[in-house]
Amino acid sequence: MNTRTSQQEPMLLLEKVNKQFGGLQAINNVGFTVQPGCIKAVIGPNGAGKTTLFNLIAGNIPVSSGTIIFQGQEIRGKKSHEIARMGMSRTFQNIKLFHGMTALECVMVGRHTRSCAGFLAGMLSLPWTWQEERAIRSRSMELLEMLEIADLAGTEVSSLAFGQQRAVEMARALAAEPDLLLLDEPAAGLNIYETAEVARLITAIRDMGITVLLVEHDMSLVMDVSDEIVVLSFGSKVAEDIPANIQKNAEVIKIYLGEDETV
Amino acid sequence: MKTRKLLSLTALALLTAGLHLFTVLSGTQFYLTQLTMAAYYGLVVIGLGVMMGYAGQISIGHAGFFAIGGYLSAALTTNDLTPFLAPGLIRWLDRVGLLVHGQDIFGDPLMTVSPWAACLSAVTVTALIALLIGGPVLKLRGHYLAMATLGFGIIVYRIFLASPFFGEADGISEVPGFQLLPATGLLGPVIISGDAAHRVLNYYLAWGVLLLGMALLLNLIDSRAGRALRSLHSSEEAAEAFGIDTARCKVQVFVLSAIYAALAGSLLTHFNGGIGPGEASVMKSVRYVALVAVGGMTSLWGTLVMGVGLTFLSLRGVFGSYDDVVFGVILIAVMLFAPEGVLRGLFGRALQRFLPGRQT
Ligand SMILES: Nc1ncnc2c1ncn2[C@@H]1O[C@H](COP(=O)(O)OP(=O)(O)OP(=O)(O)O)[C@@H](O)[C@H]1O
Ligand SMILES: [Mg+2]
Repeated sequence: MNTRTSQQEPMLLLEKVNKQFGGLQAINNVGFTVQPGCIKAVIGPNGAGKTTLFNLIAGNIPVSSGTIIFQGQEIRGKKSHEIARMGMSRTFQNIKLFHGMTALECVMVGRHTRSCAGFLAGMLSLPWTWQEERAIRSRSMELLEMLEIADLAGTEVSSLAFGQQRAVEMARALAAEPDLLLLDEPAAGLNIYETAEVARLITAIRDMGITVLLVEHDMSLVMDVSDEIVVLSFGSKVAEDIPANIQKNAEVIKIYLGEDETV
Repeated sequence: MKTRKLLSLTALALLTAGLHLFTVLSGTQFYLTQLTMAAYYGLVVIGLGVMMGYAGQISIGHAGFFAIGGYLSAALTTNDLTPFLAPGLIRWLDRVGLLVHGQDIFGDPLMTVSPWAACLSAVTVTALIALLIGGPVLKLRGHYLAMATLGFGIIVYRIFLASPFFGEADGISEVPGFQLLPATGLLGPVIISGDAAHRVLNYYLAWGVLLLGMALLLNLIDSRAGRALRSLHSSEEAAEAFGIDTARCKVQVFVLSAIYAALAGSLLTHFNGGIGPGEASVMKSVRYVALVAVGGMTSLWGTLVMGVGLTFLSLRGVFGSYDDVVFGVILIAVMLFAPEGVLRGLFGRALQRFLPGRQT
């Protein structure tokens, strides 16, 4: 199952994907595949189009042209929530938690696709929903424990520290038990200890059988955890390779020259 | 959570009995009439509260739903429907016992629908209308949604005002009482009517409906569907990313709140024995919004307390002819000084501990 051969159906396949915002070519003819069970990173300078790429994959915005195939199905025309139900979940670069909810409740929303009680069942609080509710709650609690924020379960999310909010986002994304997890800069704004923790977590997630697509500026994190790296610059793919080769790639070094990051 | 919910609902039941006792002891039983009416208006306000406070979708047209519920109930139980229905349909409706044959004040035959059937169809039609307009309208956000719902309210108001079937500017009067249960043994009939003989019964009926409505909403907001509703308040994008069909969610809560409003409209119309176009007016819609805001948006209990309390004062005429002014001022003042609601503004977190269904 974990053999990454090219014969295997890819988890995610992008082909000649383009996205224009008015006159701006945010994504330019980008194509790559993500094989099941691996960690793939997308790197590139600010404004390269990484988040845009994620938004296209998650179905938040439509592609201008090209195809994106997730688990063998084209996502064109599918709504974001339909794609989520196909087994994709994500975290956001600018944290998007649900204000007014506790950390636990936020994570419980993550289990939406894994539960089914509807509007009427909820209003009537039908007995069968109690069991489902208990299951949602206990699974969400486990994830908060895994992320070491179980003590904050009852705290309202907007009063959490930044790093804790990131952890809640991660727990919520994992609650969906996705096949593919999109992480948009999971270590941004975290200190080196927290970043190391995130690196461990990402590999642990991969070992749980979840495929990871990662956007991250922290190069040591990217080099440590990724199996493959795609480099974007001004919306175009300039390289795609294993970390060791990316570090030696002359064009990539040129792109990053003048930035603080060292490749 | 569950015990707190039960405790607070029990408190509401005790308050209901307590208020009754108070009116008996102080010889002010006539308050019960306005308390009954206030409870029905409270039903509208908590329904709107879930939609506005929790799902974050504003509606400045809810008086429209209230009025559709009320007017349909009134029209179906008072107007002679003979010219509107095919003879075959009349025979069929007669057979299932949905028609009432009587005489109007001139002794002419009058064929109407039974209150049960009228109320159910009024609520159903309102729900369908909400479903129909909810789809396109709820695609709008913020100001645009406010404008569209306002527009809906105005249209409904003008239709009732213009239509002879709905009594034009006079509205509809002589609406019969709504017999919920026939008399059995020693007990008299259970009937919704403003008749002084049924005053106490109607008080408990109205507050019972409010309590039940509240219980259902409290259940909802703590459920899977409720969390979905609440999630789209802060980020529809994130909600969608977790498999929540935000468009559907919004329509569901819109229809739910419309049903609450229509049911209140129907029952109150039978209680009052009539309804007038004022109930559909924009000022009424604004008032409901103000009551949700003053109750604290995301606090169903705050909404219920302020909604029923202020409505009672208004019905007692405390605000005199400045009634609408007061609610307008309340809306502005709340937005400026206590966007979290007056109860929370005053008592803060101390109160919060005791009330479920209220978000921090
Ligand atoms: N909705 C939008 N409308 C118009 N332009 C957009 C939109 N979203 C992104 N852009 C533009 O597309 C380009 C790529 O932005 P994007 O956020 O994808 O970059 P990024 O690689 O994620 O950058 P960062 O590392 O700063 O997060 C930028 O020039 C941005 O201004
Ligand atoms: Mg980005």
